[in-house]
Formats: sequence, C-alpha cells, structure tokens
Amino acid sequence: MNTAQSKKERKLGKITDNDNVVGYIFILPFVIGFLAFTLYPIISSFYFSFTRYDLLSSPRFIGLENYKEMFIEDPKFWHSFGITCLYVVVSVPLRLIFALLVAMILSKTTKLTGLYRAVYYIPSLLGGSVAVSVLWKRIFSDTGAVNAILRLFGIYSDTNWIGNPDTALLTLILLAVWQFGSSMLIFLAGLKQIPRTYYEAADVDGAKPVQKFFKITLPMLSPVIFFNLVMQTITGFMTFTQTFIISNGSGAPLDSLLLYALYLYQQAFGYYRMGYGSAMAWFMLVIIGALTALAFKTSSSWVYYESKEE
Amino acid sequence: MFVKKRAIVLNAVYHFFVSIFGLFMLYPIIWMFFASFKNNHEIFSLTASLIPKTFRFENYVNGWNGFGTLTFGHFIENSLIVSIISTIGAVASSALVAYGLARIKFKGKKFWFAVMLITMMLPYQVLMVPQFVLFHRLGWVNTYLPIIVPQFLGQPFFIFLMIQFIQGIPAELDQSAKIDGCNRFSIFFRIILPLMRPAIITSTIFSFCWRWDDFFAALLYLNQPRLYTVPLALRMFSDPAGSSDWGAMMAMGTISLLPLIMVFIFFQKYLVEGIATTGLKG
Repeated sequence: MNTAQSKKERKLGKITDNDNVVGYIFILPFVIGFLAFTLYPIISSFYFSFTRYDLLSSPRFIGLENYKEMFIEDPKFWHSFGITCLYVVVSVPLRLIFALLVAMILSKTTKLTGLYRAVYYIPSLLGGSVAVSVLWKRIFSDTGAVNAILRLFGIYSDTNWIGNPDTALLTLILLAVWQFGSSMLIFLAGLKQIPRTYYEAADVDGAKPVQKFFKITLPMLSPVIFFNLVMQTITGFMTFTQTFIISNGSGAPLDSLLLYALYLYQQAFGYYRMGYGSAMAWFMLVIIGALTALAFKTSSSWVYYESKEE
Repeated sequence: MFVKKRAIVLNAVYHFFVSIFGLFMLYPIIWMFFASFKNNHEIFSLTASLIPKTFRFENYVNGWNGFGTLTFGHFIENSLIVSIISTIGAVASSALVAYGLARIKFKGKKFWFAVMLITMMLPYQVLMVPQFVLFHRLGWVNTYLPIIVPQFLGQPFFIFLMIQFIQGIPAELDQSAKIDGCNRFSIFFRIILPLMRPAIITSTIFSFCWRWDDFFAALLYLNQPRLYTVPLALRMFSDPAGSSDWGAMMAMGTISLLPLIMVFIFFQKYLVEGIATTGLKG
C-alpha cells in the first residue's frame, strides 16, 4: 500500500517535473480556445466564402461568385470600404495627434495634473458604450446641444449633423477623436521614459522647443506611436457599435454611416448571407494583414528603437 | 520679481486653458447627466440651458419600470451575471497561460507566443460569421454561453499584460522555491499568483468594463428581451418609428455608465498603469 502510493507519487512527480508537459498544461486553455474559437472558425470562414449559405440549408459551393459580386457587382461594398478607409485615415492620426499634444501639455506636473489626466481619459473609458452613442445622436441632432452652442457663439445652425449625409461621418470621426485619452496615457508613460539628459544636452546646444520636439521627443516616442497606429487602424476598421446605434443599424443617411463592419453585419445577419459575409471578412483580413505587415516592414526606416547592445 | 510675476501669469493661463478644454471634453457626459432630469420638452427645445429648471425623477422611474414585466433592474442583473462570470474566467485562464509562457521552457513555446500575438491583432469581424455558425450548431444561440465560454480560454491582451508583469518578478524566487521542493503548480499558486495582484486587478477592471459595455456579442447571440443585457436594453428606448423616450434613455444611460465611473474612481491607478504598460485601449 505504502509502496504503491509512493510509486504513484514518483510517477506524478515525474510528470510535474517535465517542463514540456507542465508548460502545455498551463497554456492549455489558450490552446483549446485558439483551436476551437479562432483557427477552426478562420478555416471554415475561408470555406464559407466560396459558398451560398443561409444557416437553414447546408452551404452550397459556388466558387468565386461571392468575390465576383463583391468586387464587380456590388457598389455598396466599395462604398463601405471607401468610407471606412476615410474614417480610419482621418480619425486615427487626429486622435494620435491630440493624444500627443495633450500628453505633452500634461507632462508638466502640477497639483492638478492627476485630475486633468482623469478628465481627459474619461471619454475613452465611456466612449464605446451604447449610452454614449445614443447621447451623440442626441447632441448632434437639429435640436441638439451642438447647434445650441454654435448659436451661443452667434453662428446660426439648424443642421441635423447626423441626418445630413455630408456631415454624418464627421460626427462619427469626432466621436473617435474625442476618445484620445487612452493613447494620451500611453504617450505620457512614454514621455516619462525619455532621459532628461537628452533635453539638457539640447538646451546646452541652444536647441529651440520645436527642434527638441522633432529631434528628441518624436523619435524617442516613435515605437509607441507606431504600435498605436497599427492597433488603432485595426480597431478603426472594426468600428461597429457607434454606427449601428447612430444609424439604427441601417447605415443611413444615404449609406453615409455604412462602415465596413456594419455592412458585413447586414449581409450576414440581416440577409443571412453567411457566404458573402465570410468573403467580406476575408477581404478585410487580407487588407489588415497587409497593412500590418507593411507597417512592420517599413518601421525600421521611421521608427527609432534605442539600441540595446550599448 | 518681474520673472516671478510672469511665471504666475503663465501658470494661470495654463490652468485656464487646460481646464476649459477639459470641461469641453466632459461636456457631453455632463449634459447627459442633467438631461436625465429633464422632460422631453426641455431636452428638445431648451437645449442651450444645461441645468434643468426643476429636477424631475420621472425619467428614472419610467426607465426603471422598463418594458412589460421586465424592469431595468432585470437587465442590470443579466449584465452583472455575464460580466462577472466572464471576468473571472478571462482573468483566471489568462493568468495560467501567462505563467506558462513567461516562466516555463517547453517545446513550441515561441510558436504559441507568436500565435498569441497574432490573435491579439486579429479583427473580430473575421471570426464572427463562422463563430456564429458554430454556436448556432451547438444550440448556444439565446444563451450566455457564446459570450462567456470563450472568455474562459485566455484573453490575449490580459495574457500579454500578465507576461510583462511576471517578467518583472525575480526568477530567483522560482528557483529557491524549486529547491525547497515546490513543483511548477505550487510555485504558481503560492508564489507568483499572490505577487501578480496588480496585474490581476488591472485585467479584472478592463475585463469587467469591456464585458459591461459589450454590445456586439449580445446583439448577435441574444434575441429574447428577457436575456438582454444593459446595452441591448438601452436600445429599446429608442424607437426608429418616432416616439423615443429620450428622458428615460438618458436616465438609464446615466445609470449604465455608473459602474464604469465607479471602477474608474476606485481603481484609477491600476487602469492608468495597465494602459501605460501594454498600450491597451479602453
């Protein structure tokens, strides 16, 4: 009995000592999750993209039909892709510029700095919620707070910013830029890590603030900026809740809010065209993959990494 | 003397602009808060006045009464159940995975680390159709399982954050524990896990906020009003056909933001550190 128990223990001891086994026990949740909820879906999505599939009957193989429809026959596809690019290209850099600007202003430490950081960060924390999207719809409507404030400044306006196809996307961009707080916090942390001595040396050499910004601050922060640029471009392409709430799921007015993710949702879950939706998803994956790869490839030429060897 | 005066003036100008701009940033939220005490007439016609003439609580009463037999409290309960269970799952599983990737040398470790990073970059839209098909086939639509179960299988962002944190813990601790006869599991549970407290708290906060806010998964998988979470329920106040109850929506919208604001007030330090170390959005 005793010997049997100790034998068992020794065997157990061996397994728990073998790092190859133990390692996989620890990462097992992720391995299962990846296989079941990432890899398998990606592969089946690729297959679905060549089929007609409405969930009720089994998928029917139709070759490249979905892709043909997407690229050639469906003007809405290119429209939604185009406005999504516009949305990302305008909102992401603007948000990063604001974040950097405010971070530099707030890097000066005063008694109120903590409070200021909190105030500027709060919109990022709340911005993704349905409540804020609903609120946005209200304040940018013809009887909303934005027009009321413009009138206070003597500018008469009764535009329905959300209802007007020319300005609807602008309100969405403003909503994105408004949430610059989390990038600001990242930049603040990055600014703190730049050695003071660099600036002191620049002062000795008589550098102007603008020169210090372009020669020290910007290069030193560039890895952080770069990472944020890539990540936010990806999340920008995924923007959904805001457009869905503001346009009641329709992309109205005149499809001006029909961002890519919303159109994909409409195709897949509005018309139950899972095949077409999958083809759209794969196009998006290729675009985002290409952008990310391009960003990393070219990063060496414009991102400054402090060399570790020294 | 002159220099000192100039510094004071500059300082005042600095605080003036920073706080004015800050007020401008918060204005929409402040407006929402006050609008929740206004009636529809005030919300629509007297938009220039921020503070309501009289503070009315009807919106809160109407909103809370909800729809039919479902009160808003019911939706809050649903949201809390989903957010809390998901968060426990996400944090616990991520901590395990993070320890495995940060401390143990095993075959294929580099590969899985890379996979984790790629998964972090992967847009959710790519997965949504096939995942829906999968959950549909499993009969999980109109349950909380599609939202909760994947959370128990490690979340790349939290794994990443925790790996960063574990790497800051001296490896000598593991080694001396090993000499004392601890195996990997007891090292993890007795030594690393207690030391990971800050990273655990940060992940918990983010996970809770994200799940609380999550609209998309709820929209996909929950089609019965009794299952609705707060984000879905909020939408029910707005009627595309016309008669939206804006007052009730603003009132319940304000309530829906309260947990986030509370979390922010109590855990600000952890939020800021989490964002700063990983570049997390949120």
